[in-house]
Amino acid sequence: MMNKDYIISLIEQDKRLSNRKLDEYRKVELSYDVSKNADGAARCKIGDTEVIVGVKFNVGEPYPDNPDEGTIIVTAELLPLSSPEFDLGPPGAQATELARVVDRGIRESKALDFKKLCIKKGEKVWMAFIDIYTINDDGNLIDACALAAIAALKNAKLPKYEKERVLHGEYSNKKIELTKLPITCTLGKINSKIIVDPGMQEESVLDSRLTVTTADGNIHAMQKGGEKGLKMEEITQMVDIAIAKEKDLKKLIK
Amino acid sequence: MSKILMKEKSIVVPGEELAEGMDYLPGMGSFREGDKIFSSKLGLGLLDNKLIKVIPLTGTYMPRTDDQVIGRVSDISFGGWFVNLGGPYDANLSIREASEFIERGADLTTFYNFGDIIMAKVSKVIRNSIIDLSMKGPGLRKLKDGKIIEVTPSKVPRIIGKQGSMISLIKEKTNCKIFVGQNGLIWIKGEKVEDEVLATNAILKVDEESHNEGLTDRIKEFLKKGGKK
Amino acid sequence: MSYTKRFDGRKFDEMRKTEAKIGVIKRADGSAMFKIGDTIAIAAVYGPRKLHPRFLQNPSKGILRCNYDMASFSVPDRKRPGPSRRSSEISLVTAKSLSPVLDLSKHPNAVIDLFIEITQANAGTRCAGITAASMALAHAGITMKDLVSSISVGKVSDKVVVDLDKEEEDHEEGATDIPIAYSPRTKDFTLLQLDGNVSKKELKEALEMSKKGCEEIYKLQVKTLKDHFKGEGK
Repeated sequence: MMNKDYIISLIEQDKRLSNRKLDEYRKVELSYDVSKNADGAARCKIGDTEVIVGVKFNVGEPYPDNPDEGTIIVTAELLPLSSPEFDLGPPGAQATELARVVDRGIRESKALDFKKLCIKKGEKVWMAFIDIYTINDDGNLIDACALAAIAALKNAKLPKYEKERVLHGEYSNKKIELTKLPITCTLGKINSKIIVDPGMQEESVLDSRLTVTTADGNIHAMQKGGEKGLKMEEITQMVDIAIAKEKDLKKLIK
Repeated sequence: MSKILMKEKSIVVPGEELAEGMDYLPGMGSFREGDKIFSSKLGLGLLDNKLIKVIPLTGTYMPRTDDQVIGRVSDISFGGWFVNLGGPYDANLSIREASEFIERGADLTTFYNFGDIIMAKVSKVIRNSIIDLSMKGPGLRKLKDGKIIEVTPSKVPRIIGKQGSMISLIKEKTNCKIFVGQNGLIWIKGEKVEDEVLATNAILKVDEESHNEGLTDRIKEFLKKGGKK
Repeated sequence: MSYTKRFDGRKFDEMRKTEAKIGVIKRADGSAMFKIGDTIAIAAVYGPRKLHPRFLQNPSKGILRCNYDMASFSVPDRKRPGPSRRSSEISLVTAKSLSPVLDLSKHPNAVIDLFIEITQANAGTRCAGITAASMALAHAGITMKDLVSSISVGKVSDKVVVDLDKEEEDHEEGATDIPIAYSPRTKDFTLLQLDGNVSKKELKEALEMSKKGCEEIYKLQVKTLKDHFKGEGK
């Protein structure tokens, strides 16, 4: 049962549910003991929001236009286990958007050098499957998924590859090197106010939403959501906050 | 020889044997099989004279006649409104049971519209799934301001406290008007937002920590410090 | 050849280390985690809640709907996300293993949704799922006549054992897997599947072993549920 008016009136007075400031992120926790069978994995909690991400490597053929580059494939499952609002069935628009925003943040920041995933030019490359599962949705799944994904990738190990076979569970000495750590920060706008890291109840009253992925202060991916538009100065203000939050969130990745 | 196998007010689990022999009777949350009585709920086992009861610790709202509840108007028909109480079954509120007189043929949305929040009383329950509401009674009305929070329905007695002690304490220290629906929805209205936030946090603290000892003292301390840890 | 010593050094009637927790998913009405060896299952219960579409509703009682799913990275070879024939069958037998202890007569037309996710797999995942699900149902306040405990038993080479791990399931001389669910109070078996090859005598031995295993798991389930609410009523 929602209290849309109440949440809006709180924000009008620069206050939020659970006593947060407008630009205050909830407590973020990262851990890595998710699955022994993943090549890399992470769990991210933002307040009561919780997601897990696992990375698995497979070998495939490269795309003809990039014969010496491996690739990443990001999927997201909004498990009905994690919210009464999620239904069973194939991934819907929300899950697809989520996966694509995470994908673009990693891809466009060039955090991972796809050339290093090449085994034999034009024939064999590594493909990193980054699979996201939601465990508890208390708002801002995007940021949790993006943070868990990059943390999982940073801790991933490449399996051994011998005689055209991937030896799952056995690892080569090659670690995945990330040149930078793209960090995703989602902001919301309600009337003229801007909030960071919207919670579940706040998400239902947002006029618009902006997700910004940055690395070292440069912007690599953005996604606007919500029903209403954003003004130029609101966008720049949101980007400023996202860049400021990048520093805090980056420190959490081990 | 009949005997009791549970300790008074101990936590019992479904299927746990609570008593043996025909001298005891199975009450709510328990059932008899042969000459034994077992729990059917995760809850607190109580013995009331010869009646064995298990008070559930969790679970969705089970409506009972005369419960005061808070609900949201989910649909409107010719004869009245459907009201969502948080459980699987919408309750019925007929025109005759509205808090004011409504003429036949009137546009019902002008009284209670979709999404409106109302305070009502359960007037009748059939098979746990057909629920009739009434808004005739002191204080029962449509809620226009304030906020609604959700707690575990089975924790409502703890939030109210013995003879209303817990909720009185919270009302007094936060200067808020509070109405606790038996279905786990609570209405809070204060003079200042800070007061409402404090009342909310105190209630959620009772909900979360109700199984710890010394709860009243901790809530007192929490309110005294203005909600700071 | 005979299987004289288990790969991980356990006794033949000894299960792997277990761990359980409830209340692991805040938004669910009831939830639980159960870990046995390297297998981890989490379960969430929502409801009783409205059942849509309407034609699925049963006016005489509520229904239990179950969905078992494995995370893609829970197994060594990545599993494609989403349902499979295997997961559909496991969802079905899981619901059937729990139905006998549920009393859904008070929830006509409604549904209790049960979701099981395997996040790390090393054999025995459906059993771990059922054990977690039973705790999650109790935690959600559902009326139940008993808890359900579940373990797999079977035969590795020539030996009847409890709680096979992946290495044993893949034993070169063959292994028989018998997932069991059991209601400890009524002593009813509520899940029984088998694939492999056993004699009548071996089956009896395996069932006896599973009863012992389930009773051990039952103790952990009871303790987990009670410990979570320790202090309540004082």
